[in-house]
Amino acid sequence: MKNVQFAARFEFLDEIREFVGEIARAGGFGDKDIYNIQLATDEAASNIIEHAYENQPDGILDLSCGMQGDSIKIILIDRGESFDPSVIPIPDLKADLSNRKIGGLGIFLMRKLMDEVQYEARPDKSNVLTMIKHKR
Amino acid sequence: MEITVQEFKHCDMITVKGRVDSSTAPQLAQALEAANDGGRYKLVVNMSDLEYMSSAGFRALLAAQRNSKRYNRGEVVLASVPERIREALELAGFTELFKTFDDPLQAVGHF
Repeated sequence: MKNVQFAARFEFLDEIREFVGEIARAGGFGDKDIYNIQLATDEAASNIIEHAYENQPDGILDLSCGMQGDSIKIILIDRGESFDPSVIPIPDLKADLSNRKIGGLGIFLMRKLMDEVQYEARPDKSNVLTMIKHKR
Repeated sequence: MEITVQEFKHCDMITVKGRVDSSTAPQLAQALEAANDGGRYKLVVNMSDLEYMSSAGFRALLAAQRNSKRYNRGEVVLASVPERIREALELAGFTELFKTFDDPLQAVGHF
Protein backbone atom coordinates (compact mmCIF):
# COMPACT_ATOMS: atom_id res chain seq x y z
CA MET A 1 0.00 0.00 0.00
CA LYS A 2 1.20 3.49 -0.82
CA ASN A 3 0.40 6.19 1.71
CA VAL A 4 0.05 9.91 1.24
CA GLN A 5 -1.19 12.67 3.49
CA PHE A 6 -3.23 15.65 2.34
CA ALA A 7 -4.48 18.81 3.98
CA ALA A 8 -8.26 18.33 3.96
CA ARG A 9 -9.02 20.95 1.35
CA PHE A 10 -10.89 20.72 -1.94
CA GLU A 11 -7.91 22.07 -3.89
CA PHE A 12 -6.15 18.72 -3.40
CA LEU A 13 -8.93 16.62 -4.97
CA ASP A 14 -7.05 16.65 -8.30
CA GLU A 15 -3.98 15.10 -6.66
CA ILE A 16 -6.11 12.63 -4.71
CA ARG A 17 -7.73 11.41 -7.95
CA GLU A 18 -4.34 11.18 -9.68
CA PHE A 19 -2.87 9.17 -6.81
CA VAL A 20 -5.52 6.44 -6.94
CA GLY A 21 -5.77 6.66 -10.74
CA GLU A 22 -2.10 5.85 -11.22
CA ILE A 23 -2.24 2.85 -8.91
CA ALA A 24 -5.40 1.58 -10.64
CA ARG A 25 -3.79 1.99 -14.08
CA ALA A 26 -0.58 0.24 -13.00
CA GLY A 27 -2.77 -2.49 -11.51
CA GLY A 28 -4.36 -3.14 -14.89
CA PHE A 29 -7.78 -1.52 -14.54
CA GLY A 30 -9.38 -0.17 -17.72
CA ASP A 31 -10.35 3.45 -18.39
CA LYS A 32 -13.95 3.08 -17.24
CA ASP A 33 -12.99 1.47 -13.93
CA ILE A 34 -10.22 4.02 -13.37
CA TYR A 35 -12.68 6.88 -13.86
CA ASN A 36 -15.12 5.28 -11.43
CA ILE A 37 -12.43 4.55 -8.82
CA GLN A 38 -11.35 8.19 -9.04
CA LEU A 39 -14.95 9.39 -8.77
CA ALA A 40 -15.67 7.21 -5.71
CA THR A 41 -12.48 8.41 -4.02
CA ASP A 42 -13.29 12.04 -4.83
CA GLU A 43 -16.79 11.65 -3.37
CA ALA A 44 -15.35 10.05 -0.22
CA ALA A 45 -12.69 12.74 0.22
CA SER A 46 -15.18 15.53 -0.54
CA ASN A 47 -17.53 14.21 2.13
CA ILE A 48 -14.71 14.12 4.67
CA ILE A 49 -13.60 17.66 3.85
CA GLU A 50 -17.15 19.02 3.78
CA HIS A 51 -18.66 17.17 6.73
CA ALA A 52 -16.09 15.48 8.98
CA TYR A 53 -13.87 18.56 8.94
CA GLU A 54 -16.68 21.09 8.59
CA ASN A 55 -15.39 23.19 11.47
CA GLN A 56 -11.72 22.26 11.26
CA PRO A 57 -9.79 24.10 8.57
CA ASP A 58 -6.53 22.32 9.43
CA GLY A 59 -7.83 18.76 9.08
CA ILE A 60 -5.63 16.01 7.72
CA LEU A 61 -6.68 13.29 5.32
CA ASP A 62 -4.61 10.10 5.20
CA LEU A 63 -4.97 8.18 1.98
CA SER A 64 -3.65 4.67 1.39
CA CYS A 65 -4.07 2.77 -1.83
CA GLY A 66 -2.73 -0.44 -3.30
CA MET A 67 -3.49 -3.55 -5.29
CA GLN A 68 -4.32 -6.76 -3.45
CA GLY A 69 -4.41 -9.51 -6.02
CA ASP A 70 -7.01 -8.51 -8.58
CA SER A 71 -8.52 -5.79 -6.38
CA ILE A 72 -7.72 -2.22 -5.55
CA LYS A 73 -8.06 -1.17 -1.93
CA ILE A 74 -8.42 2.46 -0.90
CA ILE A 75 -8.39 3.60 2.71
CA LEU A 76 -9.23 7.15 3.80
CA ILE A 77 -8.63 8.14 7.42
CA ASP A 78 -9.75 11.36 9.06
CA ARG A 79 -9.92 12.63 12.61
CA GLY A 80 -12.97 14.80 12.25
CA GLU A 81 -16.61 14.30 13.17
CA SER A 82 -17.74 10.73 12.70
CA PHE A 83 -21.05 9.78 11.21
CA ASP A 84 -23.15 6.70 10.71
CA PRO A 85 -23.47 6.07 6.97
CA SER A 86 -26.40 3.74 7.55
CA VAL A 87 -28.55 6.68 8.65
CA ILE A 88 -27.87 8.59 5.43
CA PRO A 89 -31.02 8.09 3.40
CA ILE A 90 -30.71 6.52 -0.03
CA PRO A 91 -31.55 9.30 -2.49
CA ASP A 92 -34.89 8.95 -4.25
CA LEU A 93 -33.72 8.73 -7.86
CA LYS A 94 -37.30 8.80 -9.11
CA ALA A 95 -38.23 12.05 -7.38
CA ASP A 96 -39.18 14.86 -9.72
CA LEU A 97 -37.14 18.01 -10.06
CA SER A 98 -38.70 19.92 -7.19
CA ASN A 99 -38.36 17.04 -4.74
CA ARG A 100 -34.92 15.89 -5.76
CA LYS A 101 -32.42 16.01 -2.93
CA ILE A 102 -28.70 16.03 -3.47
CA GLY A 103 -27.66 14.96 0.02
CA GLY A 104 -26.39 11.41 0.22
CA LEU A 105 -25.60 11.27 -3.48
CA GLY A 106 -21.85 10.99 -2.87
CA ILE A 107 -22.25 7.96 -0.62
CA PHE A 108 -24.74 6.45 -3.03
CA LEU A 109 -22.25 6.79 -5.90
CA MET A 110 -19.42 5.32 -3.79
CA ARG A 111 -21.51 2.24 -3.05
CA LYS A 112 -22.58 1.85 -6.67
CA LEU A 113 -19.11 2.35 -8.13
CA MET A 114 -17.13 0.18 -5.70
CA ASP A 115 -17.65 -3.46 -4.74
CA GLU A 116 -17.16 -2.93 -1.01
CA VAL A 117 -17.50 0.20 1.14
CA GLN A 118 -16.88 -0.02 4.88
CA TYR A 119 -16.89 2.76 7.42
CA GLU A 120 -15.58 2.50 10.94
CA ALA A 121 -15.52 5.16 13.68
CA ARG A 122 -12.65 3.97 15.91
CA PRO A 123 -12.30 4.55 19.65
CA ASP A 124 -9.09 6.56 19.03
CA LYS A 125 -11.32 9.18 17.30
CA SER A 126 -10.21 8.28 13.81
CA ASN A 127 -12.71 7.43 11.09
CA VAL A 128 -11.66 4.81 8.59
CA LEU A 129 -13.33 4.41 5.23
CA THR A 130 -12.27 1.38 3.21
CA MET A 131 -13.30 0.84 -0.40
CA ILE A 132 -12.48 -2.14 -2.62
CA LYS A 133 -13.04 -2.74 -6.31
CA HIS A 134 -12.36 -6.00 -8.10
CA LYS A 135 -11.10 -6.30 -11.63
CA ARG A 136 -13.63 -7.89 -13.93
CA MET B 1 -11.81 24.12 -15.27
CA GLU B 2 -12.69 26.81 -17.76
CA ILE B 3 -16.08 28.30 -18.54
CA THR B 4 -17.10 30.34 -21.57
CA VAL B 5 -20.54 31.81 -22.21
CA GLN B 6 -21.87 32.39 -25.69
CA GLU B 7 -25.15 34.20 -26.26
CA PHE B 8 -27.48 33.02 -28.97
CA LYS B 9 -30.78 34.61 -29.93
CA HIS B 10 -32.94 32.17 -27.99
CA CYS B 11 -30.52 30.72 -25.46
CA ASP B 12 -27.07 30.91 -23.89
CA MET B 13 -24.45 28.23 -24.33
CA ILE B 14 -22.24 27.62 -21.33
CA THR B 15 -19.19 25.60 -22.29
CA VAL B 16 -17.42 23.83 -19.44
CA LYS B 17 -13.94 22.46 -20.03
CA GLY B 18 -11.67 20.42 -17.81
CA ARG B 19 -12.70 18.99 -14.47
CA VAL B 20 -15.61 19.89 -12.20
CA ASP B 21 -15.23 18.77 -8.58
CA SER B 22 -15.96 20.26 -5.14
CA SER B 23 -13.14 22.73 -5.74
CA THR B 24 -14.35 24.06 -9.10
CA ALA B 25 -18.13 23.43 -8.97
CA PRO B 26 -18.79 26.80 -7.26
CA GLN B 27 -17.51 28.53 -10.42
CA LEU B 28 -19.93 26.53 -12.55
CA ALA B 29 -22.76 27.31 -10.14
CA GLN B 30 -21.83 30.97 -10.34
CA ALA B 31 -21.85 31.02 -14.16
CA LEU B 32 -25.28 29.38 -14.24
CA GLU B 33 -26.61 31.76 -11.60
CA ALA B 34 -25.19 34.75 -13.47
CA ALA B 35 -27.10 33.68 -16.60
CA ASN B 36 -30.31 33.32 -14.59
CA ASP B 37 -29.73 36.65 -12.88
CA GLY B 38 -29.36 38.22 -16.32
CA GLY B 39 -32.78 36.91 -17.27
CA ARG B 40 -31.40 33.99 -19.31
CA TYR B 41 -33.23 30.78 -18.46
CA LYS B 42 -32.75 28.75 -21.65
CA LEU B 43 -29.31 27.29 -21.20
CA VAL B 44 -27.22 24.75 -23.08
CA VAL B 45 -24.38 23.28 -21.04
CA ASN B 46 -21.81 22.17 -23.60
CA MET B 47 -19.73 19.31 -22.17
CA SER B 48 -17.75 18.34 -25.26
CA ASP B 49 -14.40 19.18 -23.59
CA LEU B 50 -15.39 18.17 -20.08
CA GLU B 51 -13.12 15.49 -18.64
CA TYR B 52 -14.65 14.88 -15.26
CA MET B 53 -17.62 15.81 -13.08
CA SER B 54 -18.36 14.75 -9.52
CA SER B 55 -21.67 15.06 -7.67
CA ALA B 56 -20.65 18.62 -6.73
CA GLY B 57 -21.15 19.46 -10.41
CA PHE B 58 -24.44 17.56 -10.51
CA ARG B 59 -25.60 19.70 -7.59
CA ALA B 60 -24.85 22.91 -9.53
CA LEU B 61 -26.75 21.61 -12.56
CA LEU B 62 -29.73 20.62 -10.41
CA ALA B 63 -29.97 24.05 -8.78
CA ALA B 64 -29.82 25.73 -12.20
CA GLN B 65 -32.45 23.42 -13.63
CA ARG B 66 -34.82 24.19 -10.75
CA ASN B 67 -34.38 27.91 -11.12
CA SER B 68 -34.57 27.91 -14.91
CA LYS B 69 -37.72 25.79 -15.13
CA ARG B 70 -39.61 27.87 -12.59
CA TYR B 71 -42.68 29.58 -14.15
CA ASN B 72 -41.95 27.61 -17.33
CA ARG B 73 -39.49 30.27 -18.31
CA GLY B 74 -36.83 27.92 -19.61
CA GLU B 75 -34.70 24.89 -18.95
CA VAL B 76 -31.14 23.62 -18.83
CA VAL B 77 -30.20 21.06 -21.47
CA LEU B 78 -26.93 19.14 -21.79
CA ALA B 79 -24.93 18.73 -24.97
CA SER B 80 -22.11 16.34 -25.96
CA VAL B 81 -22.01 14.59 -22.60
CA PRO B 82 -18.87 12.37 -22.50
CA GLU B 83 -19.58 8.69 -21.92
CA ARG B 84 -18.13 8.41 -18.40
CA ILE B 85 -19.98 11.49 -17.22
CA ARG B 86 -23.19 10.25 -18.81
CA GLU B 87 -22.82 6.95 -16.94
CA ALA B 88 -22.39 8.75 -13.62
CA LEU B 89 -25.36 11.02 -14.34
CA GLU B 90 -27.43 7.94 -15.16
CA LEU B 91 -26.35 6.22 -11.97
CA ALA B 92 -27.45 9.31 -10.04
CA GLY B 93 -30.79 9.31 -11.85
CA PHE B 94 -30.06 12.70 -13.38
CA THR B 95 -30.56 11.83 -17.03
CA GLU B 96 -34.32 12.01 -16.51
CA LEU B 97 -34.06 15.59 -15.28
CA PHE B 98 -32.19 16.94 -18.32
CA LYS B 99 -32.73 16.69 -22.05
CA THR B 100 -29.47 15.71 -23.69
CA PHE B 101 -28.26 16.36 -27.23
CA ASP B 102 -25.36 14.78 -29.09
CA ASP B 103 -24.41 18.07 -30.68
CA PRO B 104 -24.26 21.55 -29.10
CA LEU B 105 -25.85 23.28 -32.11
CA GLN B 106 -28.66 20.76 -32.13
CA ALA B 107 -29.23 21.75 -28.49
CA VAL B 108 -29.25 25.45 -29.42
CA GLY B 109 -31.79 24.66 -32.14
CA HIS B 110 -34.05 23.06 -29.53
CA PHE B 111 -34.91 26.53 -28.17
